[in-house]
Amino acid sequence: MSKERNWGSPVSGSAKKIKNDIALIVALLALVLLATLALLLLRTEGDRVVVTLDGQLWGEFSLQEDRTVEIRNGDGYNRLVIKDGKAYVQEANCPDGICSAHRPIGYGGESIICLPNKVVVEIRSQNQGQPDIIS
Amino acid sequence: MNTKQTRTKQIAFLGLGASLALLLSYVEFLLPPLFVAVPGIKLGLPNVVILYVLYCLGIRHAALVSAVRLLLSWMLFGSTMTLAYSVAGAALSLLAMGLLKKTDRLSPVGVSVVGGVLHNLGQILVATVLLDTPQIAYYMIVLTVTGTVSGIFIGLCGAMLVKRVPPAKFFRF
Repeated sequence: MSKERNWGSPVSGSAKKIKNDIALIVALLALVLLATLALLLLRTEGDRVVVTLDGQLWGEFSLQEDRTVEIRNGDGYNRLVIKDGKAYVQEANCPDGICSAHRPIGYGGESIICLPNKVVVEIRSQNQGQPDIIS
Repeated sequence: MNTKQTRTKQIAFLGLGASLALLLSYVEFLLPPLFVAVPGIKLGLPNVVILYVLYCLGIRHAALVSAVRLLLSWMLFGSTMTLAYSVAGAALSLLAMGLLKKTDRLSPVGVSVVGGVLHNLGQILVATVLLDTPQIAYYMIVLTVTGTVSGIFIGLCGAMLVKRVPPAKFFRF
C-alpha cells in the first residue's frame, strides 16, 4: 500500500465542540448587542453636516438649515438633501445605490458613505469634535 | 511508491475545487443583493468549497484554491478595487480558520462562523484604510450578525460535504 494519509474523522460532531460553537455564537451576538446599546446610549443630536470627497474635506453645512447640495466628483454625482434636522442622499449615479437607500441621518457620528463616488456624509455635534467610539 | 500519483490526484482535486468555487462565485454574483442598505452581505457560497478543502487537505491547499478562485472571479466579475477587499477578507478568515481547526475545540460550524465574521472584518479594515474613513467600522456591527448567520450556513454545508463526500473514498488519494 502507498503511504496512506490519515484522514481521521474531520467532522466528529462531539457534544463538547457543538457546545463551544454555541458559546461562540452567543458571545458574538452579545458583543453586537453591547455595541448597539453603547452606540444608542452615547449618541447625541448632531448640528453640522460634513461632506468628505476622496478623503478631502469638501463642505460643511448646518443641519438646522434646509438645503440641497450637489456633490460632483468627476463622473460621480450625489444629491444631498438637508431637511428637518436630518440629512440624506436623494439621488446618486453610483451603481449600487447604497447611499440613496440609506435612511436619513441626524445623530452625531452617523454617516452615509458612497464607496463608488468616494463621498462620505457625516454628522458632527458640537460637544464632541470627532466621535471616537470605534478606535 | 505512489506519492507521485497521490500528488497528481491532489492537483486534480484542487483544480476541481477551484472551478467549483468559481462556479459558486458566479451563482452568487447572479443572485440579487440581500439588503441594498448595507453592502457586503453575502452568503459566501464559494467558502463551502474552501472549508471542504481545509478539512480534507489543510490550510495550504485551501489557500491555493481560494487564491485561484479570487483571482479568476475578480478578472471575470470584479472591478479594480474589489480584489484588495476580497484578498484581505479571505486571507484573514482562512488564517483564523486554519488556526482554530488546529486547536480542535470547535466543530466546522464554529470554525466557519469565525471565518465568516473575520472575512467581513478584513474587508472593513481595508475599507477603513483605503477610504481613510473610520466611520465605516460601524458597519461591523451589522456585518458581525450576518457573518455569523452565513458562517453557520456555510459550516453546516461544509461539514455535511466532508461527511458525505469523504475525499479518501471518492477521490482515492
